[in-house]
Amino acid sequence: MSIILSIIYLIATVTFVFGLKMLGHPETAKKGNLISAVGMVIAIIGTIFFHDFEVPLINYLLIGSALLVGTIIGWLIAVKVEMTKMPELVSLFNGFGGGSALLIGLVEFGKNVGVEDSMKLSSSIITTILAAIIIGSITFTGSLIAWAKLNGSMNDIRLPKYNLINNVFFLGLIVFGTYIVMQGADSFVLIYLLLFAALAYGVLFVIPIGGADMPVVISLLNSLTGIAAAITGILYGNMVMLVGGILVGSAGLILTFVMCNAMNRSLSNVIFGAFGGDSATGAVSAGKTGGTIKKTTASDSAILLNYANKVVIVPGYGLAVAQAQHIIHELELLLIKKGVDVSYAIHPVAGRMPGHMNVLLAESKVDYDKLIEMDDINPQFPNTDVVLVVGANDVVNPAAHNDPSSPIYGMPILDVENARHIIVNKRSMNAGYAGIENELFFNQKTSMLFGDAKSALTELVSELRNM
Amino acid sequence: MNYLIEFISNNLQLLYILILAIFIGVELIKNVPSVLHTPLMSGANALSGVVIVGALLVMLQANPEDYLALALGFVAVVLGIINVVGGFAVTDRMLQMFKKKK
Repeated sequence: MSIILSIIYLIATVTFVFGLKMLGHPETAKKGNLISAVGMVIAIIGTIFFHDFEVPLINYLLIGSALLVGTIIGWLIAVKVEMTKMPELVSLFNGFGGGSALLIGLVEFGKNVGVEDSMKLSSSIITTILAAIIIGSITFTGSLIAWAKLNGSMNDIRLPKYNLINNVFFLGLIVFGTYIVMQGADSFVLIYLLLFAALAYGVLFVIPIGGADMPVVISLLNSLTGIAAAITGILYGNMVMLVGGILVGSAGLILTFVMCNAMNRSLSNVIFGAFGGDSATGAVSAGKTGGTIKKTTASDSAILLNYANKVVIVPGYGLAVAQAQHIIHELELLLIKKGVDVSYAIHPVAGRMPGHMNVLLAESKVDYDKLIEMDDINPQFPNTDVVLVVGANDVVNPAAHNDPSSPIYGMPILDVENARHIIVNKRSMNAGYAGIENELFFNQKTSMLFGDAKSALTELVSELRNM
Repeated sequence: MNYLIEFISNNLQLLYILILAIFIGVELIKNVPSVLHTPLMSGANALSGVVIVGALLVMLQANPEDYLALALGFVAVVLGIINVVGGFAVTDRMLQMFKKKK
């Protein structure tokens, strides 16, 4: 490798570290992303122009057209996608990265098939190649399944004893891989068998996990793609791939744990204990629900909001699904004009991904300062006249505080029951993702405003306008 | 066992870098506010597209007669660059929406 290329890789690696660091602060995040992007571009250009192989023209032409095609596709998807579809898009892109790693592994493996013994690759290199193929395949199909699930085009499928099946399957993959290394890694049949088994494992791994847990899974798969990139880096002795991949690997893993903590779940609980299954159904009957709910109308709610001094809006995924992020901003502006103090309470896992709600509200131009994080807003609820809960459920369920048998017991929640009045907008009385009843709805201070978030809020806005 | 020792002694420097990089990754992400988790996940996802470098190396070294390697390499480059371009572009779009604190 030429010294120029080595220096380019070094610079790229440094930009990755800085970029990731800056992505962690709201003020510098955008710049951080650009810095890593520049690093990536110079790494790609450097690889093409400063390598020291003899490269036929046709290869250059193919590389150029592949880069062109991929850039156009990637760009078009990125600028066209709606912000509510963000989580599944990250998953889709992640799957592509995994697919790239597995293809690299396949080509490198091919160099070992049908060559003389003296030309054979060492077993440690073969192991590296197989690891790239296995991890790449799992992230490829796993991410595509996660994408389909978030898209709504696929439901949870739980085979009987899926945990046992999956674990045995995974052990089988490892044993099979070891066998290929021992055998001398000289067969295309075996490697394609391994490939299909790993692809199948990716499907089985993600398929039983519930939609609400998908962000955690995506983060985990993202981390795995990083590891796959790092492994291919080891294969080529390429530092930028190694360091870049490992950074993503460890950062993704930490992010996965942070998300699990925000939901008060352990990672193994997310992967092995599909939510809404047996344990949760037991809790429904145990919860002290029942009693009567109080229905309200848009005009009554509008009166309540109109004469309030302080209103806190709690947005949830229902708001995102109904695409009601713009109308809620309209409601907010209207109330502010009437002299009401309005802010938004953002639970760390509101929406489909942590921080997703912030992105959605930012898209409809809600002021950043109005988005208050959980720990800062909770002490304010006793002074709040009206809390408007839109499409959120589990994050405002008091069972997290006072029902030890509840599956969400111990999860930090927004203490909206401390406010003077609570208006809950929901489509129906159906339970939230955790599949449990919410006693908040039966609280004397709570009135239920049933209906799709968008139409209910639109009605609310027009009622307020007329006052 | 011998095989493991052989691997470690051959790749000692790589292992040092690997372990230090793990620590950097953990330190960088540990205290990120939850507001930024989505853009961060997306940005990290774009970074994992660094696998494109490997795909380019495959294409640069491929024998022009070896159609299988060329085809697989071609797809690997396409997938890798979609991950890179799409990942960075979408992260930028997301961050564009965060207004600065006054």
